[in-house]
Amino acid sequence: MRAQFVMSEIGVGLRRNLTMTFAVIVSVALSLALFGGSLLMREQVGTMKGYWYDKVNVSIYLCNKNDAQSQGGACAKGAVTEDQKKEIKADLEKMPVVQSVQFETADEAFKHYKEQFGNSPIVPFLTPDQMQEAFRVKLKDPAKYRVVSSAFSQRPGVQEVEDQRKTLEPLLNLLNGMNLAALGVMALMLVVALMLIINTVRVSAFSRRRETGIMRLVGASSFYIQTPFIMEAAFAGLLGAGLACVLLVSVQYFLVNNWLAHQIDVIQFIGWDAVFAKMPLVIAIGLLMPALAAFVALRKYLKV
Amino acid sequence: MIRFDNVSKSYPKQNRPALRDVSLEIEKGEFVFLVGSSGSGKSTFLRLLLREERATHGQVHVLGKDLARLSNWKVPHMRRQLGTVFQDFRLLPNKTVAENVAFALEVIGKPRGEIRKAVPQVLELVGLGGKEQRMPGELSGGEQQRVAIARAFVNRPRLLIADEPTGNLDPQTSVGIMKLLDRINRTGTTVIMATHDQQIVDQMRKRVIELEQGRLVRDQSRGVYGYQH
Repeated sequence: MRAQFVMSEIGVGLRRNLTMTFAVIVSVALSLALFGGSLLMREQVGTMKGYWYDKVNVSIYLCNKNDAQSQGGACAKGAVTEDQKKEIKADLEKMPVVQSVQFETADEAFKHYKEQFGNSPIVPFLTPDQMQEAFRVKLKDPAKYRVVSSAFSQRPGVQEVEDQRKTLEPLLNLLNGMNLAALGVMALMLVVALMLIINTVRVSAFSRRRETGIMRLVGASSFYIQTPFIMEAAFAGLLGAGLACVLLVSVQYFLVNNWLAHQIDVIQFIGWDAVFAKMPLVIAIGLLMPALAAFVALRKYLKV
Repeated sequence: MIRFDNVSKSYPKQNRPALRDVSLEIEKGEFVFLVGSSGSGKSTFLRLLLREERATHGQVHVLGKDLARLSNWKVPHMRRQLGTVFQDFRLLPNKTVAENVAFALEVIGKPRGEIRKAVPQVLELVGLGGKEQRMPGELSGGEQQRVAIARAFVNRPRLLIADEPTGNLDPQTSVGIMKLLDRINRTGTTVIMATHDQQIVDQMRKRVIELEQGRLVRDQSRGVYGYQH
């Protein structure tokens, strides 16, 4: 096969369908950018899970004097005793799912609370003895929260067993939901891109029917006849993939690194390495998917 | 070279078959006229030779190959040994004469050196020496048909198939084209020509095969056109 011949055929074909080629490039770029974006989002959710699940604990709040007076329920039998605390600690340390146990005194709880909610209007009215003592329990597998909850929530002296992971879940669900939405839009754009490619191939095959007819008659192989069409689609797809990569890079640079990272500092955002790691896949799909679509379309629109 | 054994061809959605039980043999180096009124099956006959269609019944052998058993990917190689010329020339209007002929060699992957040698040679042979760089639109009908013949012959096919090559030309120009086809035939190339041109058939006195409603009704060596249309 003569490369020069193929290259000139591709150039002619792309220029002949300039508007259509442009539409293919844009739709491929958008769908691939969404695809790459959703991959990155998944990774982001993954790192966030890893980062936070590592930090979150199961907290076992113990009854203090106030609870015993003001509320019935779990603390009706009065504040927690030293014996109860020892017993709970010993039982916790015996459990195989527990990685470590930390006791938080009321003073420490008061200090943490001031750190976290320092500008809340109720802080001046709080005193350390209003805070609850608690066991901060780190689990080997954060999903095994129920084992701890069922073992300790009914114990005397225990007010409540709280899984901090629960407070994270809505956020992670939101991110996953956004991810699904991105995937849905991507699928739609992909269908649009495929239909555009098929239509482009059809127009291209029609406008070149004279050439392809002669090629067939003089005995050009179907590979030779089809290659320019497939290369044309692959080339447009490659341009689209390149554009998608540029989009991903600019989103990472402008939106994540230069804006979100300054706005939200509790989240560890994914870095450049993750973005660059997605590019080979994006480019490969940008190259192969249009080529495959063109090949399928040719079977219908080009007799060989 | 070519053998038809009880060949029939019907197209879907047509109750009358285009060819019915045609058997014949054409030897290497022959010059054969294929005559018959429109719809008699001439085009189908030629399409079977090119393996654009497959026979519904019977066997078609071309260049020693049973076309029914020839797999699709081998068809291009088979077609490289055939040359084809049509009434409407089928040249590429945006390519020069030389490029049009070279195109046929480029697309079958011939090396550039060979193309550079073969193209002027064949253009000289068909009488277009010096017009290599002209565009098809600047040429007369007869000259365009010579370009088409050059393109069909440049790969030195063993069989040349011409479908009414003089159909768009005036009688005088047609004579020139026929002389050219005769010259090609004398190099040993088998020529099959479908035609409606009574004068030409009567003058040339070659073998005449006549089809009528898909049947072979006459096969006559040194024949004449023989019917009124």
